[in-house]
Amino acid sequence: MAIMNIRDAINRTLHDEMERDPNIILLGEDVAGGAGTAGGQESIGGIWGTSGGLIGKFGADRVIDTPISESAIIGAAAGAALAGKRPVAELMFADFIGVCADQIINQIAKFRYMFGGETACPVVVRLIYGAGMNAAAQHSQAFYNLLTSVPGLKVVLPTTPADAKGLLTEALHGQDPVMFFEHKALYTKKGEVPDGPYRIPFGHARMVREGGDVTIVALGRMVSFAEKAADALAAQGIGCDIIDPRTTSPLDEEAILDSVEQTGRLVVVDESPPRCSLARDIIGLVAEQGFTSLKAPPRMVTAPHTPIPFARELERAWLPSPAHIETAVRGVLDWG
Amino acid sequence: MAFAHNSLSQEALLDAYRRMATIRQFEERLHEEIKTGEIPGFTHLYCGQEAAAVGVCSHLDDEDMIVSTHRGHGHCIAKGCDVIAMMKEIYGKRDGLCKGRGGSMHIADTKIGMLGANGIVGAGAPQAVGAAIAAKMDGRRKVAIAFSGDGACNQGTTFEAMNMAVVLKVPAIFVFENNHYSEHTGYSYAVGTSGDIASRAEAFGMKAWRANGSDFFDTYAAFGDLLAHVRGGHGPAAIELDTERFYGHFEGDPQRYRGPGELDRIRAERDCLIAFRQSSGIAADALDSIDAEVAALIDEAVTAARAAPVSEPAHVLEDVYADY
Repeated sequence: MAIMNIRDAINRTLHDEMERDPNIILLGEDVAGGAGTAGGQESIGGIWGTSGGLIGKFGADRVIDTPISESAIIGAAAGAALAGKRPVAELMFADFIGVCADQIINQIAKFRYMFGGETACPVVVRLIYGAGMNAAAQHSQAFYNLLTSVPGLKVVLPTTPADAKGLLTEALHGQDPVMFFEHKALYTKKGEVPDGPYRIPFGHARMVREGGDVTIVALGRMVSFAEKAADALAAQGIGCDIIDPRTTSPLDEEAILDSVEQTGRLVVVDESPPRCSLARDIIGLVAEQGFTSLKAPPRMVTAPHTPIPFARELERAWLPSPAHIETAVRGVLDWG
Repeated sequence: MAFAHNSLSQEALLDAYRRMATIRQFEERLHEEIKTGEIPGFTHLYCGQEAAAVGVCSHLDDEDMIVSTHRGHGHCIAKGCDVIAMMKEIYGKRDGLCKGRGGSMHIADTKIGMLGANGIVGAGAPQAVGAAIAAKMDGRRKVAIAFSGDGACNQGTTFEAMNMAVVLKVPAIFVFENNHYSEHTGYSYAVGTSGDIASRAEAFGMKAWRANGSDFFDTYAAFGDLLAHVRGGHGPAAIELDTERFYGHFEGDPQRYRGPGELDRIRAERDCLIAFRQSSGIAADALDSIDAEVAALIDEAVTAARAAPVSEPAHVLEDVYADY
């Protein structure tokens, strides 16, 4: 075990996997940086620092700085995958899905099914998402709900360095397209990472803690917010189960239903506006398949139905907080 | 462009004619069969453009890759897709080339480098760039071709793809078949460069060719020059093929945008099969017997497609993922 942050876990996994499989290529804007400049190659190693050192080791044929052309980046990843490669395409901000949606939702997601099942398109798209940097409405969104709704895509949200390694490695061994969401505020989060080959199968939630009184399902960065809320509640004698689904497609429905069967109470925390969110989706699942377990109506803790604002105090007010989660937990416990 | 027909063997000439005749008869037959109501969905016929697909694909082998369009039957046949399996696919049958889940607009056979017809105009060009990245990595002088029309030449994806191909210096080839109509709108209106598509490719920094896409020999010769350039490691290239669409945008299109006598004129003046007969030097009876063999094949394909089993409802759930 080594201690490292999520940024380094992703970077090392890319190094290890590109070493293992010569078909893996990385492409995106400034993944090396510096092409065509006086400063020369590798000026930055990705604006998030996740692709540092790759071009020096694997060369410009496999670590490809692209023009700012998101449709062509994702489209090229799709074509390279059809031609037998394993592209990792970086969308510098998940919001840029808006630019290249066709290649993700109509192309990559559809090929296997639409072409009769024999055509693999194992593209990994790394999407950097999330609020917390005052990046405002076009550089902060958590669009995993959009892509979770598209059959043919797998959607992954690592929240620890170990999970980042295990889930990215799994993505790079599979035959399906994977949307790998990296929260920009989690890059510096540290934790233990297993040495050597390490894969985490998709569709298996992580039980973050068991408390027995209420089930909190939290997504992405909201896992750490839920932990803070649960710490405060534990001091008051309230025990929370916290479930990190880790992948929203496939979703570990069983882990959620099993926990709710024990607790009878559910809070879902999601860094998205409420409509058509994962929070609604998970509550819908429990309403349909776990209704008899419920002792109180489930609650959602989400952002409001607004774009993400810029100013510090506005963005703070927009984001779900540990205090919101605590209030919601009390609400489901006090009901009836 | 002058072209020495004797640079192609008799066998190659017959093969080219057979492919063009197969596309023509496949499409003419579909035009009739669609009226029966047995064929589901939208169908966009390639009739009239056969020389473009065959003039390009006659140069290729299975390792070379193409991406195609919603008007893709011709590209599929020219690249070597199984005609009977294609017909079954268009009929939506279980043993169609894509198990009846793709249909006319989504036929693919990646084993022979046919990376997919595509229902989204302009989606294919970036995919050809990706395939060309792969081809360059593999280092076997393979190329990747994006077939596009005068409609797709106005999509931003096509612009992005052309620029990226030049930047990365990959063996991508942009084939623009200008059939004069993007759906129901004239190219001289919709293509802002006075209808000139090749100049756009040149503006992105690649060499571009122009040829008569209704003439096999002209297309074949020009594409041969282009291919030597790209296989020689000089990066991407483009070609604009001027051609004609004998039917509407889709089957059922009333084609009110056509001028008086236009359809008769293009059939009389720009039929690539007639042109081939006039200039190939092949005896008419040899071509007649190919026509007869192709007719038998198309008959067989339609009969097989009609008789083929349909899918079961449970098949809806197959093949969304490799595993889930």
